[in-house]
Amino acid sequence: MQTYDLEANGLRGLNETLQAQNAETNQTSWEVVNPKGSHAIAVGLDAPIEVTVKGSTGYYCAGMNQQATVKVEGSVGPGVAENMMSGQVIVDGDASQYAGATGHGGLLVIKGNASSRCGISMKGIDIVVHGNIGHMSAFMAQAGNLVVCGDAGDALGDSLYEARLFVRGSVKSLGADCIEKDMRPEHLALLSDLLERAGSDAKPEEFKRYGSARQLYNFDVDNAQAY
Amino acid sequence: MKDMDDKGIPRTVPLQSATFTNPINAEIRRAAATGIYDIRGGGAKRKVPHFDDLLFLGASVSRYPLEGYRERCDTSVTLGTRFAKKPIELDIPITIAGMSFGALSGPAKEALGRGASAAGTSTTTGDGGMTPEERGHSSKLVYQYLPSRYGMNPNDLRKADAIEIVVGQGAKPGGGGMLLGQKISDRVAEMRTLPKGIDQRSACRHPDWTGPDDLEIKILELREITNWQVPIYVKVGATRPYYDTALAVKAGADVVVMDGMQGGTAATQDVFIEHVGLPTLACIRPAVQALQDLGVHREVQLVISGGIRTGADVAKALALGADAVAIGTAALVALGDNDPKWEAEYQKLGSTTGAYDDWHEGRDPAGITTQDPDLAARLDPVDAGRRLRNYLKVMTLEAQTIARACGHNHLHNLEPEDLCALTMEAAAMARVPLAGTSWYPGKEGF
Ligand SMILES: Cc1cc2nc3c(=O)[nH]c(=O)nc-3n(C[C@H](O)[C@H](O)[C@H](O)COP(=O)(O)O)c2cc1C
Repeated sequence: MQTYDLEANGLRGLNETLQAQNAETNQTSWEVVNPKGSHAIAVGLDAPIEVTVKGSTGYYCAGMNQQATVKVEGSVGPGVAENMMSGQVIVDGDASQYAGATGHGGLLVIKGNASSRCGISMKGIDIVVHGNIGHMSAFMAQAGNLVVCGDAGDALGDSLYEARLFVRGSVKSLGADCIEKDMRPEHLALLSDLLERAGSDAKPEEFKRYGSARQLYNFDVDNAQAY
Repeated sequence: MKDMDDKGIPRTVPLQSATFTNPINAEIRRAAATGIYDIRGGGAKRKVPHFDDLLFLGASVSRYPLEGYRERCDTSVTLGTRFAKKPIELDIPITIAGMSFGALSGPAKEALGRGASAAGTSTTTGDGGMTPEERGHSSKLVYQYLPSRYGMNPNDLRKADAIEIVVGQGAKPGGGGMLLGQKISDRVAEMRTLPKGIDQRSACRHPDWTGPDDLEIKILELREITNWQVPIYVKVGATRPYYDTALAVKAGADVVVMDGMQGGTAATQDVFIEHVGLPTLACIRPAVQALQDLGVHREVQLVISGGIRTGADVAKALALGADAVAIGTAALVALGDNDPKWEAEYQKLGSTTGAYDDWHEGRDPAGITTQDPDLAARLDPVDAGRRLRNYLKVMTLEAQTIARACGHNHLHNLEPEDLCALTMEAAAMARVPLAGTSWYPGKEGF
């Protein structure tokens, strides 16, 4: 286990060191102490290493992550795991806005609640939120799965493309072109796998599925008011 | 029609309205028939004050010129000297603006890379990610970081020679990208993670930051991911040039790119193109003023775009304080866009040479703004790249000719004092005297 004191040694050194790790590294386990809400902690990693942040972080923690597992023993600021490509990011506390924004792959787990615009423009990432999510979540979400064990705020899935949304609790309102869809066996299987990987004991049968009605994919004058 | 009616009474002359013109009436009929706004490519077509309204003064008794062909007049520029470990060094101050693969064909992107590289300058990706063709053929490639984040990935980010955070475009400040279904081919759809054939409207706002304080943190993140190596540009559509430049500087930009309303687009609502934003001429002095007020003029470089066509335009933009310019439309014309040799085909599409702007339809006879493989094959990227190189060289020679005539041994030594304006509007916007006077609107005294 390698320990890095962020307060004493600075952000540049942390990211430079973590980014320098590769598939052959034997320094596979890292602990970051004294994060104190700093921004851009553990960004741009690209190696199968595990990084544990002992405390809360600012913006863009684990941004653009590839391969690495980043655990935050605290809460995270806006844009956690933004544009993640692969690997895992696990947050013990709550997440601020835009969690997992534009993520292309990997798994993001928020054990608390996530604020507004969770999964905005997601492009293939899987996101599991144990608590609730805020308004405008999954706005223009293109691909991937967003699983919410609690409730969702206003305008869920507005202008959605092909991402799948699963919500266990209530949905305050659906956004333009987002509708409830049937839960088929393949969705239950997918959900069960995601819930298990995210350490949630929720049952797939308790969820409802939402997706795109695909009415806004090509302009039709009769849908003009929806734009 | 005769001059008189049957009873010998003179007729009035039929008078076209200056308000309800034929183009306006045609648009009303089109709107009434379809129920959707007009979408097109290109920039503002209306006449606005522009570089043509400025003249250089040249040498005189009190200034002496440099010998036209003998004396050196340098053209190089370095972009990104503020924070980047590896600034971009260009031989000429004319860069190729961001135009997406998707809007443009693969061969067109390749041609831009070839032409720019041969002329010693950079080219730029666009909404839709980086293609291997353009990376391969561009010796210096700027990677755009856009609201849509289509195809955005850290590996391509690290392959870039600079990153350009796109806040807006001159053709549509406050608007997002648009690529209609006809152009969403399999490859474009895959790069953008979208279903094939949909009308794609990309977001107008970045998904994970709003405002200058967030932008500062976003720039920090991008620098941390790219190891502080490459310059970070911030591109804005010209609307509030003084404040936008100041805020970009405050957020940590190395380079500010300011795009005026004549700037082209691949596809946007005509109403947006013609009615939103500032003319290019109007945004240079305020942007330079912001840099000067913050003490960073020349340390944070300013790139100007929107309607740059000739070496004279380049020289004028630089004289007003820009460090470099970027071209989009002119580069496409050099490749072969709107060439008279396709006139018969433009006619079939209801247009004519010089006016063809339905780039969003993907049926471009010149094979540039299309994803149709047969049309795209009409453009030979080697030939087209050579034409672009020649054109870039000519613009540079023209700008040098003017700079020497004004007595300068580097294009960057051109200054507002070398200019005068032909109209009050241009004098006010460029803050250079009206020709034959020592006054411009807003200047106190005579
Ligand atoms: C076909 C085409 C596609 C464009 N695509 C983009 C784009 O993806 N991103 C962007 O920031 N600007 C885009 N632009 C705008 C250019 O980057 C640039 O701002 C503009 O073309 C400059 O004005 P000019 O065309 O008068 O030279 C595009 C312009 C054209 C003509």
